[in-house]
Amino acid sequence: MISAYVDFIRIRFLTMLAYRVNYYSGIVIYAINIGAYYFMWKAIYGDAEQLGGFTAGQMTTYVAVSWMARAFYFNNLDREISNDIRDGSVAVQMTRPYSYIMVKMMQGFGEGLFRLLLFMAPGMVVVTLIFPIELPTDPVLWMIFLVMIWFSFLINSQINVMTGLFAFFVENNEGLMRMKRVTVDLLSGVVVPIAFFPGWASEVLKWLPFQAITYLPGSVFTGRIAGSAVWEALLVQAAWFVALIAPIALMWRAARKRLFVQGG
Amino acid sequence: MLAIEVERLRKQFKVQKNREGLKGALLDLFKREYTEVTAVKDISFRIPQGEICGYIGENGAGKSTTIKMLTGILVPTSGKILVNGYVPYKDRETFVQGIGVVFGQRSQLWWDIGVIESFRLLRKVYRVDERDFKRRLDELVETLQLGDLLNRPVRKLSLGQRMRCELVAALLHNPSILFLDEPTIGLDIVVKTEIREFLKRLNREHGTTILLTTHDLQDIEALCSRVIMLDDGNIIYDGSLEELKSRWSKGREVQFQFSDPVSLQALSALTAGQGVRWTKENEMTAKVWIPREMNVSDVLSRVVGAMEISDIKIFETNTDEIVREIYRTGGSEKTAEAENGEALPAMAGADSRD
Repeated sequence: MISAYVDFIRIRFLTMLAYRVNYYSGIVIYAINIGAYYFMWKAIYGDAEQLGGFTAGQMTTYVAVSWMARAFYFNNLDREISNDIRDGSVAVQMTRPYSYIMVKMMQGFGEGLFRLLLFMAPGMVVVTLIFPIELPTDPVLWMIFLVMIWFSFLINSQINVMTGLFAFFVENNEGLMRMKRVTVDLLSGVVVPIAFFPGWASEVLKWLPFQAITYLPGSVFTGRIAGSAVWEALLVQAAWFVALIAPIALMWRAARKRLFVQGG
Repeated sequence: MLAIEVERLRKQFKVQKNREGLKGALLDLFKREYTEVTAVKDISFRIPQGEICGYIGENGAGKSTTIKMLTGILVPTSGKILVNGYVPYKDRETFVQGIGVVFGQRSQLWWDIGVIESFRLLRKVYRVDERDFKRRLDELVETLQLGDLLNRPVRKLSLGQRMRCELVAALLHNPSILFLDEPTIGLDIVVKTEIREFLKRLNREHGTTILLTTHDLQDIEALCSRVIMLDDGNIIYDGSLEELKSRWSKGREVQFQFSDPVSLQALSALTAGQGVRWTKENEMTAKVWIPREMNVSDVLSRVVGAMEISDIKIFETNTDEIVREIYRTGGSEKTAEAENGEALPAMAGADSRD
């Protein structure tokens, strides 16, 4: 069975590779995004040495790193699941001896791997040549970062799965999906690091799962979180991963009872 | 042993009511109203192993809903289902190992990858042993003539090619029950015939139980020993196709091509007292309707003795018409009434049969 799940990763990877134009434009898009944020932050910093506890150099690196993480954790599972539900093809999935949600997670992982290796790695090479980015040299930090973006992927995908499963309960979850997308980008720290939010807001955000997606791994990797706080950050991620399993299981169970296969 | 056992099975759906106008739309935002629709109303049936059973009914009669409950996709509202000894929706992951499902309107192959990749993936999903897989695939590929299609991506297949691949995909793990939901929809007659032949062979050689829904009654005639007919969520007929025909068929028509012009009176006089009815097609051709309980040969002998005949055709009411008639009258009781006394429906377009 595990080999079947691994195959879903492999096949999604190959499918992504089959659309080559997407591939080339993807690299460009990532480089442009990082560039745009770099210039924006440069303008905001002006002559200032430090803002919100970030030096300009740290900010540049943070931007690059959070986009690198985003390349890996980002996927369209919410849209895929909601489409499956709305066009009824989820019915076919249910006649297979596997867990639908696991298969979706695996496909998301295949997609993440593809983007990380083939969009982000070349994109990063380009970006480090152009912009002053300082990546850490400590291999342990790289290992921790990899573990942390693995959790980022899990948590973000869990949120996506839940958003997608809402299609079982409402006729149209398009608005919900858009809202989720903006929320995750804003509150996870891709657009603005959480340290820049007003005090009360960053307090609130500490209790939400979004910071675990980008802000924590980004902060650890750029060295803003160090020492024993690193393990705390990792623990927060693990806790959110575990906490989000239950609502998904509940939604799935409720969904099966309500399942109304559209289109006959 | 029973392959499928269904008792007092019921499925209700809540369907959202959309109220009219702006005011209605605003009200809907806050408080939804629902209507309950019962798609399947306490039906019971049993299908023994190795049977090919046709499940027919008009659109919206509840066929697909039943199939979806039998395959573990939908959870029934009430009632008992046992398929292969499992309760489908409860032990879904173990249960589906033993069944194959084909939805004619929905592909189960992965759109972007080659057909053979889909099959390999299914092999892993169903945990089929490599050797068994190879043997099974070779056999299926040979009988369905798929050889050169295997490396193409699914999106580049024609509907007929795709459907044959779907069948292979559903059968790779050698299921003991095969569910087919409109397997021949949209296919040309050659592919339809191929698929029917294949299913018959599958049933004969592997003893696979097959339950199929269809709108094409020729599928039923070619394949099914048994028919379950559904109307508005109720079973209105469950039995053999032969019985269905003899119960509802209202007789036969014989068309005579005479060598010389004939008159209706002359013909009616020949068969006086037999309760048959003549109609004239043209100068030299006439048709006689013979009630089901009467022997065709009795009528034939009278006519043949008296007239010069160049050709004879016998028309049996075909299943299409029988079923159309049952749908139209809405079930067995009413049909029985209609039979006594009401005029015979037109038999235009009837199949010719010898």
